[in-house]
Amino acid sequence: MKRHLLSAADLSRDDAELVLQTAAELRSLADRPIKKLPALRGRTVVNLFFEDSTRTRISFEAAAKRLSADVINFSAKGSSLSKGESLKDTALTLEAMGADAVVVRHGASGAPHRLAHSGWVRSSVVNAGDGTHEHPTQALLDAFTLSRHLGRGKAGSLDGRRVAIVGDVLHSRVARSNALLLATLGAEVTLVAPPTLLPVGVDTWPVETSYDLDAVIPKADAVMMLRVQRERMNGGFFPTPREYSRRYGLDGRRMATLQEHTIVMHPGPMVRGMEISADVADSDRSVIVEQVTNGVAVRMAVLYLLLGGAQPGGEE
Amino acid sequence: MSTSSYLVQNAAVLGGEPTDLLLRDGVVAEVGTGLAADGAEVVDATGLVALPGLVDLHTHLREPGREDAETVESGTQAAALGGFTAVHAMANTEPVADTAGVVEQVWRLGREAGHCDVYPVGAVTVGLQGERLAELGAMADSAARVRVFSDDGKCVSDAVLMRRALEYVKAFDGVVAQHAQEPRLTEGAQMNEGELSGRLGLTGWPAVAEEAVIARDCLLAEHVGSRLHVCHVSTAGSVQIVREAKARGVDVTAEACPHHLILTDELAATYDPIYKVNPPLRTRADVEALRAGLADGTIDIVATDHAPHPHEDKDCEWAAAAFGMLGLETALSIVQETMVDAGLLDWAGVAERMSYAPARIGRVADHGQPLEVGAPANVVLYDPSVRRTVDPARSASLSRNTPYRGMELPGRVVATFLRGRPTVLAGALV
Repeated sequence: MKRHLLSAADLSRDDAELVLQTAAELRSLADRPIKKLPALRGRTVVNLFFEDSTRTRISFEAAAKRLSADVINFSAKGSSLSKGESLKDTALTLEAMGADAVVVRHGASGAPHRLAHSGWVRSSVVNAGDGTHEHPTQALLDAFTLSRHLGRGKAGSLDGRRVAIVGDVLHSRVARSNALLLATLGAEVTLVAPPTLLPVGVDTWPVETSYDLDAVIPKADAVMMLRVQRERMNGGFFPTPREYSRRYGLDGRRMATLQEHTIVMHPGPMVRGMEISADVADSDRSVIVEQVTNGVAVRMAVLYLLLGGAQPGGEE
Repeated sequence: MSTSSYLVQNAAVLGGEPTDLLLRDGVVAEVGTGLAADGAEVVDATGLVALPGLVDLHTHLREPGREDAETVESGTQAAALGGFTAVHAMANTEPVADTAGVVEQVWRLGREAGHCDVYPVGAVTVGLQGERLAELGAMADSAARVRVFSDDGKCVSDAVLMRRALEYVKAFDGVVAQHAQEPRLTEGAQMNEGELSGRLGLTGWPAVAEEAVIARDCLLAEHVGSRLHVCHVSTAGSVQIVREAKARGVDVTAEACPHHLILTDELAATYDPIYKVNPPLRTRADVEALRAGLADGTIDIVATDHAPHPHEDKDCEWAAAAFGMLGLETALSIVQETMVDAGLLDWAGVAERMSYAPARIGRVADHGQPLEVGAPANVVLYDPSVRRTVDPARSASLSRNTPYRGMELPGRVVATFLRGRPTVLAGALV
């Protein structure tokens, strides 16, 4: 594995499978009364969050703590975009504190890349979501969840499985990372969105695209719904939220067209009634809560592998 | 100033046979071979190309207002080192150069600095706000004698305002230099829109946002019979629109920037904002189209868009960084690399694109004249045979935001003369 995890494209198939296998071993911890390993004792993980994201932050925090790392949460709302302390000065501060890994969430695409390659810090950098670019650990936890339900053979293989990713692909870092990672793992990904919410050049991505949700989902093994952010609703990308829901929302009627084994996913937070109806979100097909549990295991695996462990539990 | 004269020996004027040039009393006094020094200081120009002093139609000197990035003094030093004897200082200063007072201040600072002539560009609209015309006539009539008007940095996007500006400046033979950028199509834009912007998650700046404005402005200029200048053309489509307009007889001129002749949008994948510029770096196909347009005369001139920024405005995440890059000290080298060495342009062509034509467009009488007897002694001596590695620390600019750091480029300006007086000798400021 590379020293940083900035993009799902940083992961070869072997890398991705190693993360998922490691996560599978670590996940069993979640069912034990004592959920802690000494693997990263004495190491420091900094959660550097320039954007609010309680879910992602506590997931990384739980992951680091279960590996016995020291965790520093650094909430730096007001990046240099809003003329607060600059990313560079924040990074230099963290470096001075001796961080071994920096988990960074930032509103600007490429900010983790800058952190990793500018010479400001020596620690490993994990992208916890940057602007409209990528969110690789979300893709890993999605792949992990998919492989638990749909996996074939060894952990991580999704060969031939069909995954529909539906919604605001244009602004979605989750979609970008999933498109790359799921293709790496052999899945056949179809992005479904109104044409205004597909990026220019999406035809060069390793995916299919469609504007027609009803045509895609009966063949899918998994349907992943993306959140539509409120600020997009009045941006002229589609006429009204109601029209969006009718054409691209997953409701009970559409859920009835899914195959028996098909699962429904959502990276959260959901806008119930918009891209997903309440009965779908709460249905037996929904693995949305499980995604959260898996997120901790996957992030443990990422931190463990980046900070250089050999085998989980093999130390001490 | 001393009244000493200079005998430039064995210079390849426009790349031709070795010739001597006697510079005396501010003019080219004699041209020929074996000229007698006659008390003049001798400059051995063997192996050097002599060109008329370069004229930049698009320079940001940042003074008044952002003296932390550049001053008229430092910017014109960089210009002289780049072989320029005249620069046009863009209007987007603080305060904006939208009154006779501000343009006269910039003009006076240029005269006091003395490294090259400074011709202020006047803003088209008050405060660059795109709402109402600035006092264009007052700026034209001022001591600065403004002839080029531009809201550069912003587009005069309102069609009526653009029409009126084009019409109004006819009264004093002015020209409107348009920064062609449709604002609604480029809200939050960060880089060229294409496959890469989608992958990097950076908001795209589509070519059509430039091309649509250029097409409209060519039609407006044609309709009202005015002349139009298009700043920093960056796309293949824009080149074609200008080419077709010229074929119809529209009085339009266009510029290309050195960075758009050599760099591509691939560099954005580094997320290093040293490559962030407006209009953005485009694709290889656009670069090729610009070079072809510059070669065939569709693109009239090379203009630097020299845009200094302090370190902290580039040492940050891409979206937070300022647009722009340095250009004055590397322009001629990049034109050599991309045009001359590539066989697309000879040195006479370089003189046309970087001296004669920009002086004509800016209505600058004292620059951009052939190196003949009686012409103002504005001369640059250039050694095209050497190669150098760009070191930002050696720039005369107060800023360091050059995208060519560490890049090896051909050529070196050895000497620059402004009205017979050296501003640069032996590659260093005098």
